[in-house]
Amino acid sequence: MFYREAGDFKTSYAADQQTFPIRLDRHMVWGILAIAFFVVPFFINDYWEKSVLLPFLVWAMAALGLNILTGFCGQVSLGSGGFMAVGAYACYKLMVAFPWMNMFIVVILAGLITAIVGVIFGLPSLRIKGFYLAVATLASQFFLVWLFNKVPWFYNNSASGMIVAPERTFFGIPLTGANSPSWMTYLFCLTLVVVFAFIAHNLIRGRIGRSWMAIRDMDIAAEIIGVPPLKAKLSAFAISSFYIGMSGAMMFAIYLGTAEPTEAFGISKSFLVLFMIIIGGLGSILGSFLGAAFLTLMPVLLKNVMVNGLGWPADLAAHIELLLIGALIMFFLIVEPHGLAQLWRVTKEKLRLWPFPH
Amino acid sequence: MSPDLLNVLEVILNGLMAGIMYSLVALGFVLIYKASGIFNYAQGVMALFAALTLVGFQTGQVPFAHVINAAFGTKLDTWGPGLPTFLAIILTMGVMVLFAYLLERLVLRHMVNQAPIILFMTTIGLAYFMEGFGDLMWGADVKTMDVGLPSGGSTWLESVTAGWAAEGSNYRGMYIDVLDLWAAGVAIVLVISLTLFSQYTKTGRALRAVADDHQAALTVGISLRTIWIIVWSIAGFVALVAGIMWGAKSGVQFSLSLIALKALPVLILGGFTSIPGAIVGGLIIGVGEKLFEYFIGGMIGGATENWFAYVLALFFLMFRPQGLFGDRIIERV
Repeated sequence: MFYREAGDFKTSYAADQQTFPIRLDRHMVWGILAIAFFVVPFFINDYWEKSVLLPFLVWAMAALGLNILTGFCGQVSLGSGGFMAVGAYACYKLMVAFPWMNMFIVVILAGLITAIVGVIFGLPSLRIKGFYLAVATLASQFFLVWLFNKVPWFYNNSASGMIVAPERTFFGIPLTGANSPSWMTYLFCLTLVVVFAFIAHNLIRGRIGRSWMAIRDMDIAAEIIGVPPLKAKLSAFAISSFYIGMSGAMMFAIYLGTAEPTEAFGISKSFLVLFMIIIGGLGSILGSFLGAAFLTLMPVLLKNVMVNGLGWPADLAAHIELLLIGALIMFFLIVEPHGLAQLWRVTKEKLRLWPFPH
Repeated sequence: MSPDLLNVLEVILNGLMAGIMYSLVALGFVLIYKASGIFNYAQGVMALFAALTLVGFQTGQVPFAHVINAAFGTKLDTWGPGLPTFLAIILTMGVMVLFAYLLERLVLRHMVNQAPIILFMTTIGLAYFMEGFGDLMWGADVKTMDVGLPSGGSTWLESVTAGWAAEGSNYRGMYIDVLDLWAAGVAIVLVISLTLFSQYTKTGRALRAVADDHQAALTVGISLRTIWIIVWSIAGFVALVAGIMWGAKSGVQFSLSLIALKALPVLILGGFTSIPGAIVGGLIIGVGEKLFEYFIGGMIGGATENWFAYVLALFFLMFRPQGLFGDRIIERV
């Protein structure tokens, strides 16, 4: 009754082809964006910025990227952490080399550099498939992290081996560094994520997205009907790495401010992103957001409940948190292997028929 | 022989030993993958959990002491002097069988016919769970594993090889850890007994039937669930052996679970479905990464062992995408 496409008539091709063809979808997206852009910045504080909103946006970007590769093109990658590191270090080098450059441009350029690296590490995908490929992508993870640890050029010979984001302003307001106001960093990340989520959504309904999905569903069949696997796979690697690189750049420059490859971009981060898209829903843009929200908010929530609420010792809470996250992941995969996005799809189906289900 | 050549030989020998240690972990992966098509990332954590449990029984720790103390304000620590090693190993094995049973009942049973990646993610969830559970049960501090295996350099080998070098070259002999030699022996025994088990026992035949074709195995009356429990128990046993060996070498602590990452390149190099592949792959990786570190690692900053194994495996995969010994991948439209 409330959610339906009936009666939603289109009179032009443009209206028929728009990103969200159902009126209610459109209203909801606009509503959420309005709240995110015009309400949240007035209420944001340091705690919400640093432990909830920024991590959510950064990981949502990474999840979008991996979902393009794994969810839409079917190539499982465990190298996300390494690609995020490429984005972060590219961002750092660009920030230092071109202090005048607009941060949007810096982040996008960092993404482009990561895309090139991603294509190089995507080359084996033309020959190797499935889990063999998944393990092979670990090579990029370990190699890249090792590289950033060992070559001083990447961290400008800093004594600690860490990279620290220099202060950059955006229209006179500090965006990176310690003095940046919460709303500024939040809006910056939000803009990037929204713009690129929109682009991703349109990419996957277009020609390129359909060629990815054909490869995912069965690569040999896709090849026979004329989808070039080389182009499809490598473009998926490039675009996915582009997103992941931007998320790494955002994570370093805006969210953390400092980074060091082993901890910030380790293998556990690669698994985290993969979890996000699986719990959120493979092959769903909405799922990337839901998965990122679930896996960034849940630890915060658990920690708050256990340490602040129940007063348990922090190390005990950390162990229980690990245990609960593992159990929840298994539970989720048993109950809904297609992820949170599938739950939303089912809800929509129910809403269509409500209140007269047959 | 010149000392340089002897050094290279020593590096190769140590690489072989390291490779056997990797194979020990990779074996567990192969067993489960063959029988159920699950790529079990939790194998490393299973080794950690088995080692923690073994040490816990040996030293007589009270399980969950940490939790009980925090909840009731008690000061529990140990319940006694601990069990003899042999008994502790048997009990630990019992725990691993129980674990396999529970896993089948609570998780795997519901995951039949899921996509491989979902199963893979489930085992990663399992890895998180077991890590948290192991820490809760036995505490997160570093423990030493002592099951009575000798360790330290082999003096015999040292004195023998010292004689090989040319006179006056000041060569001190090779250093090979006795523990590694033991591990090699254990691995050989393990592989032989696993092979015998799968070739000559009824259960073993059932295992191979399931690995070959799930549905066909079901139609001739083999219970998939029982087989899965058995396979996960065997994998638990392999994990226990790996946990003992690695634990005795480097202490029982969280980093033990990371040996899974060491076993992955071994797996893709040897092929997911082949037990000999796991052994040969382990040896190739072990020797390869030690030689690379010895000859080239120093020039480019060292610590190349983390990634070189993967690059080496990748190189082999370029020529054989299913690994050296893996079943040929046949795809039809």
